[in-house]
Amino acid sequence: MKSFILKRLLISIPILIGITIIIFFMLNVVPGDPVALMMKEHISVDVVARVRAQMHLDDPAIIRYFRFLGGALHGDLGESYKLNRPVTSLILNAFPNTLLLALWAALFAWAVGIPAGILSAVKKYSLPDNLFMGFSLLGVSMPIFWSALLFQWCFAVRLGWLPVAGFAGWKFVIMPAIVLGWSSAGIIARLTRSSLLEVMRNDYIRTARAKGLHELPVIFGHALKNALLPVVTVMAIQVAGLLAGAVVTESVFNIPGVGRIAVNAIQARDMPLLQGAVLFETVLVILGNLAADILYAFIDPRIKVS
Amino acid sequence: MEEAEAKAPPASFLKDIVTAYRRNRLATLGAVIVVVLVLMAVFAPLLSPYDPFEIDLDAMTQAPSHAHWLGTDQFGRDLLTRIMFGTRISLWIGIVPTLLSMALGTALGLIGGFYGGWIDTAIMRLCDMVLAFPSLLLAMVVMYTLGASLVNIFIALAVVGWAGTARVVRAQVLSLREKEFVEAARAIGVRNRVIMVRHILPNCLPALIVLFTLGIPGAIMSEATLSFLGVGAQPPTPSWGLIITSGKEYLFSAPWIAIAPGVFILITVLAFNFMGDGFRDALDPYMKQ
Repeated sequence: MKSFILKRLLISIPILIGITIIIFFMLNVVPGDPVALMMKEHISVDVVARVRAQMHLDDPAIIRYFRFLGGALHGDLGESYKLNRPVTSLILNAFPNTLLLALWAALFAWAVGIPAGILSAVKKYSLPDNLFMGFSLLGVSMPIFWSALLFQWCFAVRLGWLPVAGFAGWKFVIMPAIVLGWSSAGIIARLTRSSLLEVMRNDYIRTARAKGLHELPVIFGHALKNALLPVVTVMAIQVAGLLAGAVVTESVFNIPGVGRIAVNAIQARDMPLLQGAVLFETVLVILGNLAADILYAFIDPRIKVS
Repeated sequence: MEEAEAKAPPASFLKDIVTAYRRNRLATLGAVIVVVLVLMAVFAPLLSPYDPFEIDLDAMTQAPSHAHWLGTDQFGRDLLTRIMFGTRISLWIGIVPTLLSMALGTALGLIGGFYGGWIDTAIMRLCDMVLAFPSLLLAMVVMYTLGASLVNIFIALAVVGWAGTARVVRAQVLSLREKEFVEAARAIGVRNRVIMVRHILPNCLPALIVLFTLGIPGAIMSEATLSFLGVGAQPPTPSWGLIITSGKEYLFSAPWIAIAPGVFILITVLAFNFMGDGFRDALDPYMKQ
């Protein structure tokens, strides 16, 4: 197991380095002059020269990249040009909000997706099965921002049950968590259904039935343990995906998270802030995938790094 | 004559696919919806009496009526007209970036899978990196770099989407390159490039057709999301995502502005997903071969 974790960690290192290269070169080198990108209006040559000196833009790209990489390894992602504050502290202040939203969304996805998948598998091709699968298809076919607006219109504007936007208490989390977790719930429901249906065809299930066990002990005592193996992996990956996918939800519901920082940074053309936010979210996704792989290896010891 | 006959796909291949596809009711429904959307996009100027860009301040935020079936937006423009013209943008956005990303992914997957060695390793590690990015964030970074415009959306979505295709094609090539017909081609001295393009690539087509059909809805949703976040299409382009963004401000007083284009996105995405599933089921035996 230790060698598996070590190998998996080693595989992640070049990917992480590659990602820093892609982010850095896309935001710093390819378009030419980041100063011109940041400041659309006409600015004097002196100001341009001063900003370029501040940003060390006259240094060769390779030196600037290693400066950026060294800083990132020490937790220094530079300073926001618009907010004049360290990017790292801005991101770390916003991260708990994103984490809270993603965890609630994941909890919603699991709490709805797993029972729905089990029920769909047990009552295959029945009305509940068609309904659950229909809802899961809707979840993956609607743009998140549109379902967010629909929820706002329905539950905040029409019914007045929940606040439209903001982040000042548990009531504010309900709608964003459901919106963000809907498609994940659909994916989990479909996966649970197909996985359970496959396991139910195995010989040991037939044996359990032949022994005279009732259907419920067969499902919950025998089938579900194996059927949930792939589901658990996807659940772990989804937490990381939800953290990164919260960009749109945070924007619509005005939640001060890392995703909204990234969107605001684009609108304000604040390159260091965008660079930091994207790097932070991407590293989270990679770590999430790594955790999912390790978790899967713990649950199913047959898994090995090929 | 004989050569032409040899090149043409066997009649049973197309017949099998069409028969299997038509057996899937949802896939047939999806195809019908897509045809309607294409007709709507092509004949939008003939179908609507209104101009999608003409501002009419006397008709601002009017509710759906006989004159304006889906109501009007905040500038008094007929919403249905703007959505019909938006269909053109959405279909282009669905098709062009998907084709671009598939062309790039197919070329790299073919080269990596066929040659193997360090070329394959380099391409696959690049794939790993691109796939590790949250796709929306990567597209946002590309749009930040290139600037907000429709053409740049094509590029951004192609940059985000090629890695998935490259992986699928590489996996297919790895198995195909060991087949007897490839060995036979090599034995008679056919050049590598010709083997890749004329012998291996046609055998990857079933998988590519499925990837293409299932890639379109993803691209349409991504464009709508990028436009919603302000880094995609720019006003007054009648992009569906942009219309929803403008409707966000009028959710209390004129909810139809945000709701109607979303329904069209949903229908379009569902239709292409149904078609993709239909093609996948119909082509499954050929992909397994």
